[in-house]
Amino acid sequence: MDISRRGFLKISGGAAAGLAMGGLTDLGLNLNPVIAHAQELRIRKAKAVPSVCPYCAVGCGQIIHVQDGKIVNIEGNPDSPVNQGNLCPKGAATYQLAVNPLRITKVLYRAPRSDKWEEKSLDWAMDQIAQRVKKTRDETFVRTWKNPATGEEKVVNHTLGIASLGGATIDNEENYLIKKLMCSLGVVYIENQARI
Amino acid sequence: MVVRAKGFFTDTTVCIGCKACQVACREWNQDKLPNAFEHVHEHPPHLLGTSYDNTGHLSSVNWRHVKFIEQFSEDRTQQSRWLMMSDCCKHCVNAPCLEVCPTGSLIRTEFDSVYVQPEVCNGCRDCVAACPFGVISYGEWDGKVHKCTLCYDRLQVGLQPACAQACPTQSIQFGDVDELMERAKKRVATLHERGVKEAYIYGDKDILYDPASGKGGLNVFYLLVDKPEVYGLPANPQIPSKTVPKSSAFSILTAFIVGLIGIFSFRDRRIREIQKNENLRT
Amino acid sequence: MPGLGVSYGRGGATTFQQDTQHSDCIVIMGSNMAECHPVGFRWPMKAKAKGATLIHIDPRFTRTSAMADIYVPIRAGTDIVFLGALINYVIQNELYFKEYVLAYTNAATLINPEYKDTEDLNGLFSGYNPESRKYDNKTWQYQYEPVNLEPAGDSFSEKVKANHKGKPKQDLTLQDPNCVFQILKRHYARYTSEMVEKVCGTPKDLFLKVAETITKNSGREKTTVFCYAVGWTQHTVGVQYIRAAAILQLLLGNIGRPGGGILALRGHATIQGSTDLATLYNVLPGYLAQPSALKKHATLEEYILTETPATGWWHNTPKYIVSLLKAWYGDAATKENNFAYDYLPKIIGDHSHMPMFVGMKEGKVKGFFAFGQNPAVGGQNAEFQRQGLADLDWMVVLDLYETETAAFWKREGVRSEDIKTEVFFIPAAAVAEKAGSFTNTQRMVQWHDKAVDPPGDARSDLDFVYDLGKRLKKLYAGSTDPKDRPILDMTWDYGEHEADPYLVMKEINGYTVADKKPVKSFTELKDDGTTAAGGWIYSGIIPEEGKNLAASRNPDNYVSLGWGFAWPANRRILYNRASADPSGKPWSERKKYIWWDPEADAGGGKKGKWVGYDIPDFPATKPPDAPAKPDGLGLDAHSGADPFIMKVDGKGWLFAPSGLLDGPLPTHYEPMETPVENPMYKQQVNPVVIRFDLKGNEYIKVGDPNYPIVISTYRLTEHHLSGTMSRWLPWLAELQPELFVEISPELAGEKGIQNGDWVTIITPRAEIEAKALVTRRLRPFRLGDGKIIHQIGMPWHWGYQGVVKGDIVNNLSALVGDPNVTIHEGKVFTCNIRKGRRQRTANV
Repeated sequence: MDISRRGFLKISGGAAAGLAMGGLTDLGLNLNPVIAHAQELRIRKAKAVPSVCPYCAVGCGQIIHVQDGKIVNIEGNPDSPVNQGNLCPKGAATYQLAVNPLRITKVLYRAPRSDKWEEKSLDWAMDQIAQRVKKTRDETFVRTWKNPATGEEKVVNHTLGIASLGGATIDNEENYLIKKLMCSLGVVYIENQARI
Repeated sequence: MVVRAKGFFTDTTVCIGCKACQVACREWNQDKLPNAFEHVHEHPPHLLGTSYDNTGHLSSVNWRHVKFIEQFSEDRTQQSRWLMMSDCCKHCVNAPCLEVCPTGSLIRTEFDSVYVQPEVCNGCRDCVAACPFGVISYGEWDGKVHKCTLCYDRLQVGLQPACAQACPTQSIQFGDVDELMERAKKRVATLHERGVKEAYIYGDKDILYDPASGKGGLNVFYLLVDKPEVYGLPANPQIPSKTVPKSSAFSILTAFIVGLIGIFSFRDRRIREIQKNENLRT
Repeated sequence: MPGLGVSYGRGGATTFQQDTQHSDCIVIMGSNMAECHPVGFRWPMKAKAKGATLIHIDPRFTRTSAMADIYVPIRAGTDIVFLGALINYVIQNELYFKEYVLAYTNAATLINPEYKDTEDLNGLFSGYNPESRKYDNKTWQYQYEPVNLEPAGDSFSEKVKANHKGKPKQDLTLQDPNCVFQILKRHYARYTSEMVEKVCGTPKDLFLKVAETITKNSGREKTTVFCYAVGWTQHTVGVQYIRAAAILQLLLGNIGRPGGGILALRGHATIQGSTDLATLYNVLPGYLAQPSALKKHATLEEYILTETPATGWWHNTPKYIVSLLKAWYGDAATKENNFAYDYLPKIIGDHSHMPMFVGMKEGKVKGFFAFGQNPAVGGQNAEFQRQGLADLDWMVVLDLYETETAAFWKREGVRSEDIKTEVFFIPAAAVAEKAGSFTNTQRMVQWHDKAVDPPGDARSDLDFVYDLGKRLKKLYAGSTDPKDRPILDMTWDYGEHEADPYLVMKEINGYTVADKKPVKSFTELKDDGTTAAGGWIYSGIIPEEGKNLAASRNPDNYVSLGWGFAWPANRRILYNRASADPSGKPWSERKKYIWWDPEADAGGGKKGKWVGYDIPDFPATKPPDAPAKPDGLGLDAHSGADPFIMKVDGKGWLFAPSGLLDGPLPTHYEPMETPVENPMYKQQVNPVVIRFDLKGNEYIKVGDPNYPIVISTYRLTEHHLSGTMSRWLPWLAELQPELFVEISPELAGEKGIQNGDWVTIITPRAEIEAKALVTRRLRPFRLGDGKIIHQIGMPWHWGYQGVVKGDIVNNLSALVGDPNVTIHEGKVFTCNIRKGRRQRTANV
């Protein structure tokens, strides 16, 4: 019997029933003294949230256990037809990827030629970034481009002044919006990890 | 008395050495282990140079350990093998550690596993010396001994141990020991048919056999394709002297019955909760 | 990936991971699957447990080799010789699947008689221009019989009739010297087992054992699957590696069938999705071409006429591009203004990763966003790339940790006061802290729910981009400059405060403009502006309001159509029409998958449709005996027995008349850097390779005695890519704490290196240091001329930040690209090593 998926819940249910019926007559099975030591399951009160492993492209299903607004455990989702509860070491470490004291949780800013980070507010940073984008775009946007090989003048409506890199580790929806925004700005240097 | 002995059948011929078991173990048991960030800071890790193994052995923080054995002849054609094996506590049927524990901290559970009760352990380390497999380790951070619990907490609510659930190739299979042994023997037969004549089971009744009780074996057993020593396992582990006082001063049977009632009352409740929580299908 | 796209029609994996459990033989080549995709590897292992044969072909003996029934060593960079020899073996011994090949591939199609092969021109195909180093593919084209076409109508879809080339000429006896089959036969005639031994360093007997095993496990009753990853792609002929496997799998009849196919194993959670939805310079979402100033793309009509073939599924291109423009620019996209086509920027060349950093160093690129990517470690010739960052005015890094890219201005060997770049670090949300979807390696879109809020000021990339877009709209408000119209007119309404990923997916899925109702399928999309869809291949994920099939979680024991959603149209095995014979019957009971049921209710009182375990990748009610219409448009030009619906001729392409820049057939060229002169042709390297002849990017010449050792870079199970998602995690860092270099005892002996010693690895680009792991898993290769080639290997996960640190392996490699996709050549270049620690700083 394959008990690799949903644990041995069903089997143990049967075994428990057998025990209740058979009771102490089963004592003969093993003469070792046995002590049951009540265990507190640390995810007992946790809510289970279905997720997908953030590492490679196998796409393993995960369950994130959440208690009091905090992640308390992440393990493989036995329901997923891809991994049936299995994970690799990276997938098994997903908890530590998210719950990690080394994560940066404040916006950091490094001024030109500075040797240190400064903490900044999110709103300030967003405002500054938007201004940088506008400035660089306005300075570098071209309507036409002359092909050096043919001498032809072509409408291009683009800027070579801004580049966007990344996408394979973030969500599909995020990729889509990056592409849409960048294209609308005229950005053509758009790239992700597909060539890595 | 046990419900039915639970354990692992570890088929080393399908182990890919990924160490998912090792990480899943540390993830699940993190509340019983030192803070991982402090630990890595205090014990900066180094390359061991022993194939892909960099944790070296089972320890108070690594209750699982994956071994890597490279076997290549000079021309690489006579022999060309990279053996891997995920190791942990054997949960021996006749457990030497349990025999020597003076405080009764080490107990045999209703799953026939061997469990250290941390609140009872006094850190004497008799068990560390008694274990023929080098499984039990002393935790400097809390003055107690540590080892694999067979995910006792998960078992009580019907979840399989974290390592077995994670294992991508089902090298670590969890279940009822008698069923697992049957499966393991079939697997050995299949491997023999396919020409892997050297396959055998390590941990059947013959290991740590006690003629007095007629019992022996490991609840966590292995399918190996080379001598046990190659994997760092003793060829013929011994049960220490039986003169050591039994582990518990109180009535085992009373404790068992009391414990059992306690467990089953909240166990049912917990199973219901787990089922509710994990009902993820939409 | 054009290797698969050109051969079969779509660039995605042709199958799904779970299907490999039904394979009779699994060939893993160009991949260390057990190491890099351990959980995916569970499925080949299931097949092996049932008795299937697992073959691993790789320069190193890896964790995958340890599980293989047959391990085959091969000199890095010679896979086309090996695969070509398999093709030759199959043809010479007449072991190809004859009915399949005749009916489903272009084997019988006639090619322009002017075509000249690499066998005729010593390593070049006809049409090569040595000055531009480019091919003109005119002579690679099919011969056509002209057909009479009715005058075209007014719609875009009608206008592309002008592109109808006629009916491809065929010789079904396969005897015509200009037919694809005969060309293929000639092209690979010298790719023999002896040549394999001589060039690949693989023992002849071992090659023959592989050839026998694969052919024995292919055909009506059995199927073989190929699994590959970046071991195939990261080469200057990477696309052609995959093409070679694609040809072989067509000859063996393994495509579109259970247990068969080519499983592309991708490395990031949504590398497939990010390609589909196109954070790439050269494509728009759904694999529509990005408008280019180098093509006839001046107007929407020109774009459509250039990009749309008259036959095959891509005939629908006008519907998809118009729907995309409607999704992006809403009411501002009208028929009168060509649906705001001019809002899309045009590319003027290659704007991919490596040129991007060249652009920085040239001062062209001034502002830079890094969305969860770490080029300071992951980029080739990484110091070159880090120096590029120093030439920027500003950069924005969104990540969980302070990556090497974010901290490039404080690395060893530089003075921060010399670096002018302004850096903004935006703390990103982890996957657990946001909802959205990933597309896995089998094209399956899976939704992840949000579990908790991100900590502190951390936010999702979605919220960042949404917020930035809103702020830019505000900054540009009131502008009358036409260049600002795209920003002002861009539809940007995904929620009042934070963006709702569901609304984004709904836009990707598509909807009817009038009532905003989701479309059920891309077949509902129109080219008249009445529908909008941001990424047509994802249509069907949200078939009705509130229903998100990416989040469906109803698995079963096999195909699991109820778990997630695989594009296109939830099909799990692509080209699955080929799982039945031309008459619609399964090739065998054992390998049945999709078949024609003449009695099945087809609706509307009609009978007959395709049924089976999957969604048919074929018109559901088109009977197997439906004839091709010679003058037909779209799929009307295909018969009921043409499974490759995306291709203009409905056939799998053994020979590629178009779509590839370096030739219609895979040909062995040596890597850019190699100790070996090409033993097969005068032409040493890919004649159209992308070079970057720049200071700091010098290439090593063939056979340079100062750099005689071949090196490959790769990943370990315990780490992820540049380490951002693993080196900050003690649980993983402790498992592989230090950078190492794998060296054979033979080479270590020559260099006086012991296991555990420090070793310096040297290329013209950099010197780095690592600890030696001396192992017989690596081996020297003895070639035909008796030459011994030493090879070393290095994982590339380390950097100067994180819990564990180490030198950056990508400092060593060069910028050089495959001509089709500009992927670099990390899997093989040359170096030297010496005992001891490096003397130069790592970064300068």
